[in-house]
Amino acid sequence: MFPTPIEKRSRAAQITYQSLLPVALILWLLPLIAVMLFSIRPFSDFGAGNYWGVPSSFELFTNYGRVFFESDMPRYLLNSVLITVPTVIGAVALSCMTGFALGIYRFRGNLLIFFMFIAGNFVPFQILMVPVRDLTVSMGLYDTKLGLVLFHIAFQTGFCTLFMRNFIRALPYELIEAARVEGVAEWRIFWFVVLPLMRPAIAALSVLIFTFIWNDYFWALVLTQGPGAQPVTAGITSFNSQFVAQYHLMSAGSIVAAIPPVAIFFLMQRHFIAGLTLGAVK
Amino acid sequence: MTAPATPLHQPRLEATWMQRNRMTVTPILFLLPGLLFFLVYVISPIFQSFNISLYRWDGLGEARFIGLDNYRELATDRNFEISLWNNLRWLVLYLLAIPLGLFIALFLNQTVTGIRLYKSLFFFPFVLSQVVVGLVFSWFYLPREGLLNAALQFFGLGTVNILGNPDLATYGIIAAGLWPQTAYCMILYLTGLNAVDPEQVEAGRLDGAKGWKMLWYVILPQLKPATFIAFVVTIIGALRSFDLISIMTNGGPFGSTRVLSFYMFEQALGEYGFRMGYGSAIAVVLFGIMLVFIAYFLWQMWRDERAARHG
Repeated sequence: MFPTPIEKRSRAAQITYQSLLPVALILWLLPLIAVMLFSIRPFSDFGAGNYWGVPSSFELFTNYGRVFFESDMPRYLLNSVLITVPTVIGAVALSCMTGFALGIYRFRGNLLIFFMFIAGNFVPFQILMVPVRDLTVSMGLYDTKLGLVLFHIAFQTGFCTLFMRNFIRALPYELIEAARVEGVAEWRIFWFVVLPLMRPAIAALSVLIFTFIWNDYFWALVLTQGPGAQPVTAGITSFNSQFVAQYHLMSAGSIVAAIPPVAIFFLMQRHFIAGLTLGAVK
Repeated sequence: MTAPATPLHQPRLEATWMQRNRMTVTPILFLLPGLLFFLVYVISPIFQSFNISLYRWDGLGEARFIGLDNYRELATDRNFEISLWNNLRWLVLYLLAIPLGLFIALFLNQTVTGIRLYKSLFFFPFVLSQVVVGLVFSWFYLPREGLLNAALQFFGLGTVNILGNPDLATYGIIAAGLWPQTAYCMILYLTGLNAVDPEQVEAGRLDGAKGWKMLWYVILPQLKPATFIAFVVTIIGALRSFDLISIMTNGGPFGSTRVLSFYMFEQALGEYGFRMGYGSAIAVVLFGIMLVFIAYFLWQMWRDERAARHG
């Protein structure tokens, strides 16, 4: 193990390390802690210049209550869910299939198609912006959740295919050959042999795509405009203009917007990190 | 998803055709939906953008072919030049996330109680949306209400309005971007460190390698895959920077924080009217810069792929 395990060091080193940990963590999360502290203050504190002292009253419930009951925030959150969940399902489903095709079969152009998926996944969004917006408008899907979902599915298929194909490549190929010898139809091999083995990949990918899509801002800006379809990342800017300079409410709002992906991360940490670090170890 | 099912009662002749060609037909059927989506929404728009960049077009009316005029205009556009320089700043400074991430990973790669929670808490800025990161940092930097200036004053230093100062604003935004990016690199390295071969470390120790030497000659070579991925995601992240700029300064003060991705959006969909052609020309330039890196990444992956096949 590197660096040397702290248990093998002197007692003094151990104590230093143990006390350094929380200090480092607080410094690391300082900007976020500041926002959390803002979100439980009353408005009067800001007028009085009491930014960092003891809050004159504890307003957690009032502030967060106003976020939920006096703004469009619940609408935006719902929109985010209705955009994110279908995207996850669509992208994972499509990439299970493309990953299977590219991972199992040998045919001309296999590697070429695979590399096209990878390359497409790296392009800057701006080169897609004008045509994708045009396409969405001409399909009558501008400012709808569906328009956003369709694009997200398509774009995420690139990354998901990379992920799934590499995962399938690592499965024992003998299983598939054995099934073929038994005369099992190819689509049945996919459904009954490969798909059950892909469960960890599906879990990891779902969690990752959920956070990616939830946190998308650019496409929300390009393809939607009102509370009817905007997800929370885009909605928060109108939320902030509703409560200009009311830092206690803006802070509470942005924390609310951040909670779902954070919750998913903490609940599904193992899958999340497995997905994110795929390929980091040979 | 439903697989392309074969009906139960099929004429025998057809079944044999499927049987004979199943190794060709199956991958095509499985690829088709995903490939179609990807071609329509990702691949073909790239070429369309190239085409649009040769037109003058407001997005609604008639598009007029003007050849390379948009690119000629770029050559003399002061704002384009500023954006390009800022992109370079982003690229160089964003790479700091890699050593910083390695540093934190080394710091946290211990087995004391509660370390798992520490690792997750160090990592979780990455899970926040860039919008939230942008808001959090712009409040952190506020001249009056921000914690940064409160801290500076506490130590007897003057206040500084980072986002209001054209010379500092870009660096302030990059610092905000480094926060989640460092977390990402950290988790890559933590995973890599986990897989470091303990025997090699022991052998290195026996040979008297310690500290920096051990890190450089024994550990880092084994972390190469993690470094490669960290490099890829950091470069892509730097060139994609848009959200933070849009949220924190909206390109200001005086346009000093624009980067290509932001300037493109401003030109094509901004409040100054829709210049789709000019915007697309900016996007093409950005794409060209990105292409250099994409080509390098793909070449690396291609080599690995070939090695995996022959090895």
